[in-house]
Amino acid sequence: MATKGERILEVRDLVKHFPLTQGIMFKKQIGAIKAVDGVSFDLNRGETLGVVGESGCGKSTLAKVLMALERPTSGSVQINGRDIAKAKGAELKRMRRNIQMVMQDPYTSLNPRMTVGDIVGEPYDIHTEVAPKGDRARKVQELLEVVGLNPDHINRYPHQFSGGQRQRIGIARGLALQPEIIVCDEPVSALDVSIQAQVINLLERLQNEFNLAYIFIAHDLSVVRHISDRVAVMYLGKVVEIGKDVDIYDKPAHPYAQALLSAVPVPDPEGREQRERIILQGDPPSPANPPSGCRFRTRCWKAQEICATEEPLLQIRPGTTHESACHFAETHDVVHVN
Amino acid sequence: MSDNPRPDTQTLTADQGTQTPSPPVKHRKKEAKPASLWSDAWHDLRRRPMFIFSLVLIAILVVMSFWPSLFTSIDPLDARTCELSSARQGPSPGHLFGRDNLGCDVFARTIYGAKNSIIIGVATMAITAIIGGLLGLIAGTRGGITDTITSRITEVFFAIPSILGALLITATFRDAGLGIWIVVFALSIIAWPMTFRIMRAAVLTARSQDFVLAARALGAGQSRIMFRHLLPNAIAPVIVVATINLGGFIAAEAALSFLGVGVQSPDISWGLMIADARSRFLEAPLPLVFPAVFLSITVLAFIMLGDAVRDALDPKLR
Amino acid sequence: MRKTSLDTLPAEGGLGNEPLLAVDNLHVEFATRAGLVRAVNGVSYSLNPGETVAVLGESGSGKSVTAQAIMGILDMPPARIPQGEVRFRGTDLLKLSEEARTQVRGQRIAMIFQDALSALNPVFTVGWQISEMFRVHRGMSKRDGMKKAVELMDKVRIPAAKQRINDYPHQFSGGMRQRIMIAMSIALDPEVLIADEPTTALDVTVQAQIMELLAELQRESNMGMILITHDLGVVADVADKIAVMYGGRIVENASVHDIYKSPAHPYTKGLLESIPRVDLKGQELYAIKGLPPNLLDMPTGCAFHPRCPYRQDNCVTDVPPLHEISGTRNSACHYWREVLDGDQR
Repeated sequence: MATKGERILEVRDLVKHFPLTQGIMFKKQIGAIKAVDGVSFDLNRGETLGVVGESGCGKSTLAKVLMALERPTSGSVQINGRDIAKAKGAELKRMRRNIQMVMQDPYTSLNPRMTVGDIVGEPYDIHTEVAPKGDRARKVQELLEVVGLNPDHINRYPHQFSGGQRQRIGIARGLALQPEIIVCDEPVSALDVSIQAQVINLLERLQNEFNLAYIFIAHDLSVVRHISDRVAVMYLGKVVEIGKDVDIYDKPAHPYAQALLSAVPVPDPEGREQRERIILQGDPPSPANPPSGCRFRTRCWKAQEICATEEPLLQIRPGTTHESACHFAETHDVVHVN
Repeated sequence: MSDNPRPDTQTLTADQGTQTPSPPVKHRKKEAKPASLWSDAWHDLRRRPMFIFSLVLIAILVVMSFWPSLFTSIDPLDARTCELSSARQGPSPGHLFGRDNLGCDVFARTIYGAKNSIIIGVATMAITAIIGGLLGLIAGTRGGITDTITSRITEVFFAIPSILGALLITATFRDAGLGIWIVVFALSIIAWPMTFRIMRAAVLTARSQDFVLAARALGAGQSRIMFRHLLPNAIAPVIVVATINLGGFIAAEAALSFLGVGVQSPDISWGLMIADARSRFLEAPLPLVFPAVFLSITVLAFIMLGDAVRDALDPKLR
Repeated sequence: MRKTSLDTLPAEGGLGNEPLLAVDNLHVEFATRAGLVRAVNGVSYSLNPGETVAVLGESGSGKSVTAQAIMGILDMPPARIPQGEVRFRGTDLLKLSEEARTQVRGQRIAMIFQDALSALNPVFTVGWQISEMFRVHRGMSKRDGMKKAVELMDKVRIPAAKQRINDYPHQFSGGMRQRIMIAMSIALDPEVLIADEPTTALDVTVQAQIMELLAELQRESNMGMILITHDLGVVADVADKIAVMYGGRIVENASVHDIYKSPAHPYTKGLLESIPRVDLKGQELYAIKGLPPNLLDMPTGCAFHPRCPYRQDNCVTDVPPLHEISGTRNSACHYWREVLDGDQR
């Protein structure tokens, strides 16, 4: 087994624009939704990178581009040194064995007309070289056992399982090809509260067991903090702050990260009247027409002229410990206030 | 780590086995033997009374079509069996359904008419379901320019007024010597766009679900996505509409016959019989009622069959 | 004060110590193809003016069905209310005629839903939909109604309300749509507002805006609010009292501070302990084992017993009554003392 810490994923200047077109037969491009607009990060073996941000920030599009379900407009996604964004045909298929995903909705992510055995065994039908035919049924049962399901249930259909169990089936499918990277797109947000912890524990156990690297996309900041080694905060297609989990949570430097953290309700009523809360005004602007300069400036209380003219780069700012994209970055603990 | 593959047993074991919230599953003897949608559907179908019943009905109709003499000793194609003097006579011994406008035996004609009607109905249903369904599946799956082109072509066909178009086609090819297949051909051309649209819409709904994305992420090819993922999830409405249309096709054949194309005397079909009996319906209803009842039974049998198959293909209804 | 008089209902106050709204031993069942589903099994809680009661529970716990029964918007059949009372200012709403209930609904008890997009009619402008409340219930003219609609949209802080009054629901963002829903619900100054997962579909920063708005409106008008949610964070932020529901029953109810400090029911305790905490990072999360109950096949005795670390033999056979722990708190657990003491497990 390769050692932990070795870099396996390098994302560089990733851009995904969805063209906005007019006309039915002869389409004319009239603009673009800038869903992901220049995102770079690395991921090491066995590590978890949390990605947080609100709807429309581009985190789900990012997941699709990483999975090569969408072709990026520009930029690269290198997995072990090879660019999956440019791979085609047999090479792409082979590369897919190394990066798999767990989806948000356990109800629509499993084909209702396939048995659990067929769903979990499908990766072996597609990648026939991974397991010899006679071996597949046994492998499927092993996978079900690994994710905590009864291996005798291979002939059941998805609707016979609860949401949490279905999510386990989805995880088993993702594990079948023994990938090194798993992209988890909101894997617990559709589950009942009392089930979420079970699934998070399972994901952590699998990570230790198989030395998996996770891209963990979620809007629940407390879950992200629990599972992540590093965290990236996204706003309107850009990473505005990235760093170790403790840095982001205890010493956020970007105003948006601070607002996001302070908006999370704390499950403890003590001292709730005194708690500092930064309430942002308005909604995020449309990604089809983002503000000039810093994209957050329209909702930012620190905004000055320079923010409209000059885009702040993602870099370590004076007085901060990690990269942030704000001209006026300054750490401010919004979570622990006493 | 590897010597203890399941570290947190407390939370995991409780989740399995003992309290699966699913409704009690009929316990299969060999749970370990892999099942699939189609084999499960077949297991299920064999236990459905509605399926068995419709299959028996259809079998009887098929036997009737090909060996009509098993059901009646009168050969209605033989003009000597008709007595013009007893036209529109009510039921009598030997002529259970009475006689029609020309004094021919209604029962025998109904039996002999089954063949043409059933061939036209079933063949048209099958052709429209396969052509429309397949094109709909391809258009819905591939989307983009393929979808645009096929959809535009379908709209052209939709624009043809149905009976008029069929009339035109049958009249044009009347002398090609294809017999009733001309009618099948004409009706199929008119009717496939409807199946196409239904299939395409169902495929588009299925395609937007995450499991298709998951299959693509695994590296599944287009044909796997089409036939393993989309088709089983989109086929139900096509089955329903196809079986309901069956009756429509048999009736449309009657309209064509009435207009002078399609099946013509001395050939027999239910449509032709209904058309012939219509003019004197108030005086003698039976020559119309009997073929109409047979037609209804046929349509019902196929609708029941379609319903049973559709339900069997939905694991939630098993 | 009120322009519409409701003869059947006292306008202010009630009978003695009667709270503003009291749900008393409410039962709701549904006749389904698969059998009778007892969705709500003897639920009681009460609400005073200006107070926020949070009803906390997972899907299938009966929390939304209870709210729909209060509003009188359950489809009956298949739903049935075999027993129980919903008293609003002392009058049992369940005994009122449909006509009288329509008067209460929307005017005195209003509701907002999780999915604002589907709760708004897509073919009418938002101004028309808000002003409809005034036209139908207050007999206002179209012009006056629209004027009031603009006022309300300002009140819920929709920017440029005057220009946006003729926009359609799909032209607004999720947060703005929820504000429009809120504007409609408070249009007639209701005394009770039921908010069913009002922020579940929204982002956290927008959630914070909406919760702040609701708190402010509540302070201004002193209305009582029933907040239905599964989010322990939101509850801790805004609630005064909490009723925790599980399997169609209330398993614990208490003040917000008591519950978070020392839960008296194993389910509440499990929920609170499964929240990821900073000081326990890297460790396994505490997880309630097993699955929520199947409403068609409820466990015998205490519905939580298959998942409960405190289970004893009598939990399997006897349904625990709602024990009174103090004047303001109850727990439906045979072993609430042990749970409170925090030992065992």
